[in-house]
Amino acid sequence: MSTTTTEPGAATPGPKTNRIGLTMIEYKGGKTTLCAGCGHNAISERIVEAMYEMGVEPEFVIKPSGIGCSSKTPAYFLSRSHSFNAVHGRMPSVATGAVLANRKLVCIGVSGDGDTASIGIGQFMHLMRRNLPIIYIIEDNGVYGLTKGQFSATADLGSKLKTGVLNDLPPIDTCALAVQLGATFVGRSFSGDKRQLSAMLKAAIAHKGTVMLDVVSPCVTFNDHEGSTKSYKYVKEHEEVLQEVSFVPAFEDINVEYDAGTTIDVTMHDGSHLQLRKLEEDYDPTDKVRAITRLTEAHDKGEVLTGVFYVNTKAPNFIEMLNMTDQPLATLPESVTRPRKEALEAAMEELR
Amino acid sequence: MATTDVVPHGAGGELGRPRIVNDMSIQVATVNGSGSQSSNTVLLRAIFQMGVPVSGKNMFPSNIAGLPTWYTIRANKKGYIGRKKEIDFLVAMNPETAHDDVKSLAPGASVLYDEPLALHKLRDDLVFYSVPYDKIVATVCPEAKLRKLVKNMVYVGVVAQLLTIDMGEVEKAIRKQFAKKVKAANLNLAAAQAGFEYAKANLEKRGAFYIERMNETAGKIIIDGNSAAALGCMFAGCTVVTWYPITPSSSLVETLIEYMKEYRIGPDGKATFAIVQAEDELAAVGMVIGAGWAGARSMTATAGPGISLMSEFSGLAYYVEVPGVIWDIQRVGPSTGLPTRTSQGDILSTAFLSHGDTKHIMLIPSSVSECFSMATDAFNLAEQFQTLVFVMSDLDLGMNNWMSDPFEYPTTPIKRGKVLSKEDLDRLGGFARYKDVDGDGIGYRTLPGTPHPAAAYFARGSGHNEKAQYSERADDFERNMERLNRKFETARSFVPRPEITKGKNAKIGLIGYGTSHWGITESLDQLREEYGMEVDYLRLRAYPFTREVHEFVEQHERVYMVEQNRDAQMLSLLKLDVKPELITRLRSIAHITGLPLDARSITDELTSMEGK
Repeated sequence: MSTTTTEPGAATPGPKTNRIGLTMIEYKGGKTTLCAGCGHNAISERIVEAMYEMGVEPEFVIKPSGIGCSSKTPAYFLSRSHSFNAVHGRMPSVATGAVLANRKLVCIGVSGDGDTASIGIGQFMHLMRRNLPIIYIIEDNGVYGLTKGQFSATADLGSKLKTGVLNDLPPIDTCALAVQLGATFVGRSFSGDKRQLSAMLKAAIAHKGTVMLDVVSPCVTFNDHEGSTKSYKYVKEHEEVLQEVSFVPAFEDINVEYDAGTTIDVTMHDGSHLQLRKLEEDYDPTDKVRAITRLTEAHDKGEVLTGVFYVNTKAPNFIEMLNMTDQPLATLPESVTRPRKEALEAAMEELR
Repeated sequence: MATTDVVPHGAGGELGRPRIVNDMSIQVATVNGSGSQSSNTVLLRAIFQMGVPVSGKNMFPSNIAGLPTWYTIRANKKGYIGRKKEIDFLVAMNPETAHDDVKSLAPGASVLYDEPLALHKLRDDLVFYSVPYDKIVATVCPEAKLRKLVKNMVYVGVVAQLLTIDMGEVEKAIRKQFAKKVKAANLNLAAAQAGFEYAKANLEKRGAFYIERMNETAGKIIIDGNSAAALGCMFAGCTVVTWYPITPSSSLVETLIEYMKEYRIGPDGKATFAIVQAEDELAAVGMVIGAGWAGARSMTATAGPGISLMSEFSGLAYYVEVPGVIWDIQRVGPSTGLPTRTSQGDILSTAFLSHGDTKHIMLIPSSVSECFSMATDAFNLAEQFQTLVFVMSDLDLGMNNWMSDPFEYPTTPIKRGKVLSKEDLDRLGGFARYKDVDGDGIGYRTLPGTPHPAAAYFARGSGHNEKAQYSERADDFERNMERLNRKFETARSFVPRPEITKGKNAKIGLIGYGTSHWGITESLDQLREEYGMEVDYLRLRAYPFTREVHEFVEQHERVYMVEQNRDAQMLSLLKLDVKPELITRLRSIAHITGLPLDARSITDELTSMEGK
């Protein structure tokens, strides 16, 4: 018997799989119907990669969204996950209800700047206060795309519409609000910054509290012209990166070595590590006041500041605050959810 | 005999009338925030403990302290526990309203008043009793700052003496009221006793009203509708409750929180529920819908303004087909309206709540026991029909005290509707979320977290086809809307059926619902006894209307819909539903005062419309 003979039927190496044996394809969604070059499509791709690399079971992910271009995107990633395209500006409440019903779900909510900062600002602010386990992504382009290009409330002062109209109102900084109100992981990224956004998304998946990521995502049709402060060109020219963000998942058996003098290491809830290599000497992402000051400075200087502004892995999340049982409420059996006859009799006795 | 006691002119002592036993309405007029609620509850319970059927209705202002408030206790040997129009015994504690209160009484009524008010000067056809409350309370309550609260317990003792209510029962009721505060119980008991002794020594009974022992309340309970609903929801297996405080619904959730803490904490010390106070009604219903979509038995409680705010989301739930239960404790609208008064004014807007072609299931409890039992019905229907179910209670039912038989433990199992499991999907290979597989208009759904690659679907408020895919196609849209209609038609056979009371060959039918029931049943007796009229009665318990409602209209020449709103809202719904030739049979008896509907108003209106 010749040792050189190739065994018949030997499998050609199959497609690459992640730690739970799924291929990248199994995290994909439907074909996008957004404009070619839209920043949102890049964000969808990063979400697919992050979920794949983290080995999240897609059946346990939910993708609530509001209304607008951004809110359509859950159709373009994770087809094996449940989606809920709800009403305008009200995704936070729908997401909250779903997470209460099933605490085992990984919730990635997608919103836009109009959906969040205008019609949905109330629900957004109260969501931030609760520290619900959710990844809240704002795909932020400064305009209402689906209604053809009106300003949103994140448009910068002096930014110009295609029609020449200048924005004369100050922008709402969703990151500063999120930090102030109680979100426990707050950052800003850029749809064009593949490496940074990827690391932030993976850290977000590892975080068990409210993650608020404002991702500047240019609208190629209505807000990518000269005079816009949310264009690809403007963001590239004005981006100030606060830290180099990298992420080491818990399941990767790599020694986490870093220089404490130049890098801040944050141990996440699941034991993974978020590493922030300092580009600004004195920046401390556990200091709320500093975060808000730095964001205010960035506005004054016309910078597009990106990075992890604030992280707090110690605060209790909403599920813990509610002292909820470990099993999902959704599937508790009648023997648990309907007290016994004696309970009713006791209640009746008190009313006699 | 006290010199201020005034004997009415004419007939002398008891106006020549016979003793009136166990049939009276006692009204206590006080100032909001003065602690009178405890005193009134004690009075109510003492009569109840004597075996006399009783009900208590609080007419309070939208205010925390300082504005006038009235509490009416009706004792009735025949078991009528609806509001009685006339007041027989007034306890006048509020200087601000005392004159008007006294002027509105019918001749022969009794008035118990605080001495300095000198109300006896106002009329000479009433029985007046005067009590120097401040002097009496000073003797039993050394602490001056507590006197304002304890003062109200003094009238309990006086009333007990004048109406022959057993002081032993008063003591028992006080001990129950202050169960956890022995000192407060003793202080209040002393005040009641001091009132009793004062009355015994100084007041000569002139009025005709007496409470005597009966045996009509044994084993019964006293509870308000909101507490009954709270208990019902707990036993219905509710798991997620989200809410925004609004009168008159807040106490439903607040009571539910107490019950859940007592009975729904697992052996691990953890909650088998989540209750969240949301930032507004939009968020409250959004959370209900998110939770219902993900598989919880979720609910909220609200009132008219909240219902208006929930409009957009309600359409989403209808169209995406998400279960949830919404309790509407109706109060008087439009707008802020009379937030502390009762109505049935949200019927029409709730039936069609939201834009586009939207229709909702409504359940309508009349009694505290239905508040309890309909909770299970509501959650089961919501999950079986994958839609919102509105339970249309009202302030009168929700916030007032009602006597009732104890609630029966639910025999209906918790029904979760058409939900596909992993095993089902293994067998089927996949599913189409909005496909009418069974011909009843109800599709099959999956819950997030079902570990099967084909489990997920895309829930969306935008146009969709059977597979829940985005679609703007005309045929997809039409087919889906027709199916939703089919689902609503199916619901007709599943919602609670009406309760029908029939006499012999009555030509006139009366339809009512909710708390109107109590005035109606008493009115039916009045119509028979005073006018010799036989009237059949159908009590609606749900929308959409069941077959029996149409039959009832067909069987009667004239059908009156009794309701507590201006625009005959339920009648309007019925007109949309019955055959066109039957519409002319339908007429309206509407009542919009904000006060619970009383029998006399119905009797007067009906007899006048019938030309009697």
